[in-house]
Amino acid sequence: MTKPFGLVLVSHIEELASGLCTLVKQGASNTSVTYSGGTDEGEVGSSFDKIMKAVNDNEADYIYAFYDLGSAKMTLELVSEMSEKTIEIIDAAFVEGAYTAGALIESDNTKETIDEQLGTLIIK
Amino acid sequence: MARGVSAVIETIKDDSFDNPSEVMKKAAMAMISKVGGASGPLYGSAFLEMSKVIDNEPVPVVVEEGLKAIKKRGQAELKDKTMVDMWAPVVEALKSDTLTEDFIKETMEATKPLKAKKGRASYLNERSIGHLDPGAVSSGYLFEALLKEAEKID
Repeated sequence: MTKPFGLVLVSHIEELASGLCTLVKQGASNTSVTYSGGTDEGEVGSSFDKIMKAVNDNEADYIYAFYDLGSAKMTLELVSEMSEKTIEIIDAAFVEGAYTAGALIESDNTKETIDEQLGTLIIK
Repeated sequence: MARGVSAVIETIKDDSFDNPSEVMKKAAMAMISKVGGASGPLYGSAFLEMSKVIDNEPVPVVVEEGLKAIKKRGQAELKDKTMVDMWAPVVEALKSDTLTEDFIKETMEATKPLKAKKGRASYLNERSIGHLDPGAVSSGYLFEALLKEAEKID
């Protein structure tokens, strides 16, 4: 994998995260996309350990992270503060934001272009 | 919450600690790892920040650091119907040495007429009015426990 950026998807629901990953991969098959969904017990919620694992498992050191609801964001923030990787948390619509970022990373756009396009999707 | 607090009890019961900050740090990590909901990162952040000052500062200062961490993490202000509506009044009460169980109960009740502006309840808009805020209530339990421990010392 030679892409400079990776994607991490964080949802309260395992299937939502894995489903979105499948969708994003359609437009970003060579981009590293990892995800975390639900709690350690597989219930609805977010897990610090699972998010940290998704970050560590990602092949990139610079991560664009997308989340569904507020508490996933807060847990993601804690992970970003404790991780050695750079994690940019994007307050965009979960599906559209992640798909857009994936497609842009896949087609080797500059960070400037990626950020500009994501900027139009910020809704939270 | 129950899952997180059980994890806190589990993680601190066997260890011998040299100072309160170590207990706070352990409690923070247990809350962060085990709660799964918004209160995990919120309490976790509060405990982490409080652990930095608890060994050297008086209780009101320590709790105020917790409040700051919660506001930063959750981006909430007073009257947003969140745990800030418990922590902020408690900090003031601690500073003036007027914290009582009744004060905590009244502060919980005071969240009832508020409309939620943060957290999952905010999606309910007007329908969030008339319910206690769960974050303020769980924080109230925390401060009731603090009061009980303080009474033992007195």
